[in-house]
Formats: sequence, C-alpha cells, structure tokens
Amino acid sequence: MTAAPDHQPTMHTATLGQRLDTAAPYLLVPALVLLGFIAIGSPASWLTLTVSGLAMGMMIFIMASGLTLVFGLMDVINFGHGAFVSVGAFVGVSVLLALGHWTGAPSLMLNLAAIFLAVIAAMIVTGAIGWAFERVIIRPVYGFHLKQILITMGGLIVMEQMISVVWGPDEIFFARPEMLKGAITFAGAALERYRLLAVGVGAVIFITLRLVLKRTKIGLIVRAGVQNGEMVQALGYELRLVFIGVFIAGSALAGLGGVMWAMYQEVITAGMGEAMMTLVFIVVIIGGLGSVEGAFIGALMVGLMQNYIAFLEPKMALFSNIALMTAILMWRPQGMMPVVKAK
Amino acid sequence: MTDAILSLKGVHTDIAQYHILQGVDLVVPRGGVTMLLGRNGVGKTTTLRTIIGHWKAKTGVIQFDGQDITALPTPARARLGFGFVPEDMGIFSDLTVEENMILAAVSGPLDPARLEWIFNTFPPLKTFWQAEAGNLSGGQKQMLSIARAMIEERTLYLIDEPTKGLAPAIISTMAKALRDLKRQGATILLVEQNFSVAKALGDTAAVMDDGRIVWTGAMSDLANNTDLQEQLMGLSMETRKS
Repeated sequence: MTAAPDHQPTMHTATLGQRLDTAAPYLLVPALVLLGFIAIGSPASWLTLTVSGLAMGMMIFIMASGLTLVFGLMDVINFGHGAFVSVGAFVGVSVLLALGHWTGAPSLMLNLAAIFLAVIAAMIVTGAIGWAFERVIIRPVYGFHLKQILITMGGLIVMEQMISVVWGPDEIFFARPEMLKGAITFAGAALERYRLLAVGVGAVIFITLRLVLKRTKIGLIVRAGVQNGEMVQALGYELRLVFIGVFIAGSALAGLGGVMWAMYQEVITAGMGEAMMTLVFIVVIIGGLGSVEGAFIGALMVGLMQNYIAFLEPKMALFSNIALMTAILMWRPQGMMPVVKAK
Repeated sequence: MTDAILSLKGVHTDIAQYHILQGVDLVVPRGGVTMLLGRNGVGKTTTLRTIIGHWKAKTGVIQFDGQDITALPTPARARLGFGFVPEDMGIFSDLTVEENMILAAVSGPLDPARLEWIFNTFPPLKTFWQAEAGNLSGGQKQMLSIARAMIEERTLYLIDEPTKGLAPAIISTMAKALRDLKRQGATILLVEQNFSVAKALGDTAAVMDDGRIVWTGAMSDLANNTDLQEQLMGLSMETRKS
C-alpha cells in the first residue's frame, strides 16, 4: 500500500450569494420592520405597532420554542401543547388573584414578585403535567404520527374539560398588576408597559435557550439528538432521559407563555391554548422543524405582520399569517432554518 | 483457546418483515482486527447494528467482555466501551468538528494528548476544527467519524466500511489510522469491501452469506486462497483489489 501524500485541505470561501442565502432569515425581521415603517408612514404609530408586534411575537415564541424542540428531537407531533398554555394561564392567574394585595399595590417590586410566583407555579404545574403526558399519552405512540395526532388531540380535549371542572366553564376576567397598567410615551408613541415587559421576558428566554443549546453539553446532546438520535445513543447518552427533560421544559415554557398571554389579554378561557396553536404551528413550520432560532424569527415576523396588517388593512389581518407561511414555504419548503428535514 | 471480547451465539434479527440475520455465530478475539466480509446484502451492517443495539436480536445471545448484553439498550452497551463508526458516518452536520469531538468524549473533557495524536493522524480536523461538520468533504467526514471513536480508549471498535467511496489517498490515511489503533492494542471488528485494506489490516476474518457466518479463520488463509474466496464470496480477492 502506498503512503498517503501530504494532505493539503482547502475549504472554498462561500460566495456572496451563498452567504446571503444563509443570512437571509436573519434579515427578514429588520426588512419587515423597515417595510412597516414605509407603509405606515407615521413614526409614532409605527413604533407603537412594532413594540406591540414584538411583544406578541415574543409570547408566541415562548409557546412555540418547546414545541419545535419536541418536534425536532422526539419526532412527536403534539397537538396537546395548547393545553399546557391554558393550564399555565389558569394556574398563573389563580396565583395572581390570590396575591391580589400584591398585584393591586402601587409597588413595582410587589407586582413583579406576584408575577414571578405566578410564573413559577404555572411552570411547575405544566412541567409536571408534561411529564405525566409524556409517560401516559406520548410514550405508547412514538414513531406513529397519525396516532400521535389523534391521541394528543384527545389529551387536549380531556385537559380542557379538566380545566372546566376545576375552574368552572366561564371565562375569567382579571386586571393586570397595578404598575403594568397603562403606557409610557416615547418619541410621541404610546408604549404599553406590559408589552415592554413581554419583549424583555421573551428576549431573556431566547438568550437563555440559545446559551443552553450552544454552550452546554446537554445543549450539544439536544442539538445532536435532533439531527441523529441513533448516533447520540451509540455514543452512550440516554436520549430517553433527554426526551423527557425536553418535553417537561417545553411544557413548562408553554405554561409560561400561557401566563404571559393571559396578562396580555386580561381574560382566560379553557380553549385559549387551542386557539393559539394555529399561530404556534405556523411559527414552528416557517421557522423550520427543530430550530429555536427559526421559531424566534418566525414568531417575531408573525407578531409584526399581524399588527402592521391589522392597522393597514384590518380585513386582511386573519389572512396575513397564512400568506406569510405560504410565501416562506414557497421560498424554503423545509422552513427558514430546518434542523431536521420534514418527513 | 483465544480470549474472546465479543461473541454472538445463534443471533437472529428481523427488520420489519424481513429476517436478516439467521443465526449468526461469531467470536471476536481480544486484540487485533477481525474482518467481517461478504457480498452486499448478506447482513454485515445488520450484524454491527445488532451488536450496538440499534436492531434488537430476536433470539440468540450477545456477550461482551464476559457480560450478556443482549437485553441492554444501546446507550448502556456503548458505555461498556464500544466505539461505533456507522456506514453513514453518523456525523452531526450542524455541529462543528470540535462539538462533534466534545460529544464523543463521554467520560469528560477532551484529552490533549489523544487529541494531538488524532490531529497528527487526520490533519484536516485541526484545520477545520471550528467549521460545521456538514461543510467537510466526504473523506474529512469519515476522518471525523473515526476520530470520534478514537477520542477515548474503547474496548471494542465497530467500524462499518470506513473506506467506502473515498479517494485512494484518503483510503491510505484511513488504513494508517486503523493500523495505529491496532498497534496500540485495540480490538476492531471491521466491515470492509476493499480487499487490499482487509488483507493489510485483518488478523482474523469471518465471512457472511445469507445472514450467517459461513467461514472463520485467519485473514491470511483467506487472502492466499483464491478458490476459497471464489467459493465464499463468488469472486476472487485478486480480481477485487483496488
């Protein structure tokens, strides 16, 4: 056998077109914001709508992030995800109502403490329900998509009925904590305080998720598991435990999203999670299955689009996100940044 | 009798409705390279996947280092000391070369001395350390796949066609890497279609046909007997040299 010649590896530099193609999804949100500015005309209205759109997008992202990881890592289509949103909302609002003297006090610290406790309670309860949901409902149907759709929809209906049993069938109205009511004025634009908080919380969740996924070994295992679970197991990692952890985390994030959305709407119903799932699925699909970054970009686009179109052409608002999904899928049939290929 | 690191006794494996392994009896001696040979579709890859646990043996017993591992799930088997290099390389293409290696070092941080040895064996991995693995060439991906197995000491390496589809210069690099591993006392069960590589590396050989082991013996006995090659594989090794 001849000896190997000196190996001089090279990697071709990507062309401008290739680099733009990779970076394109990151440019979509700024491009949409710019288009919104041109179309709306009034800088104050544009700023108000942009903050509102970003807040809405962040809340949708919180709900969608867990679902996209569950999709990507576990190949599970969980139509029951919306139930965690509803349960989280009801648990969180119950805590807020119980802490009425904190939420009603004109103290930002007390208000935020009440929200913090509501969020923690919602995430613990939805995380625990998620664990039970995975064991009882999901585990028997791994690998069977049709059965997953049917049984998780069944789980959604059961959980919605359980909410009616525990909290009653009627919608519950409540007021936001005192210091989060109203708006601040900036450059002539009215910016709702709660929406600014939602943008901040969403950004923190995104950065945390990104850091965990990119900088920790458990994040590496999750990212690798999304691509090739079989190989991750052949390296010696218990992917089943990672599955369960991701499902619990995804359910808890849905619960957090439920609390945030409840405070946004100031009314909760058992079916609110189910109603949100259309937007959540649009975000997961256009973002690309398994991609947290894709879901983030997709959620911001959906939020901004909905707000801009509702202002510019109200009758088109409902149609706008379907149109957005159609356009993205015509451009990239696998979504913007797919980690796993659609089967 | 030679000390066996791995033995399969009467292993049957089904994939969906297909009965692929039909009673595999295989002994892999400790130390050296055992070649698993045979024509395409006779069950070589399925044998490796059954050993690592990706396919479950329907019947039969798999023993590794004196322990019955037939019922163990894949991660538990891997932690016993298997280094697995699948036929499709199993590269995590969205992860960098470095991240692929960190993931493969299950027991702790990367060992600098071992990493240096890998860089000397596969220089492109050092060059493209921070590059996404999906951007590597086919040969570089195969280097990464083998390097992942080499990053920690394993009791048994299961390597499936590491030279498949590679240029001769890269094949030579692969063969050198496997020879280095062998020199360090590693035990390797190697599926290989390239007979010059098999002949150069193999100590013992097992030939499969129709889901069974039909011949075992010294690699040199098989390499030097064209009639036997013809009989077992339907083609002389001499005519299949690359």
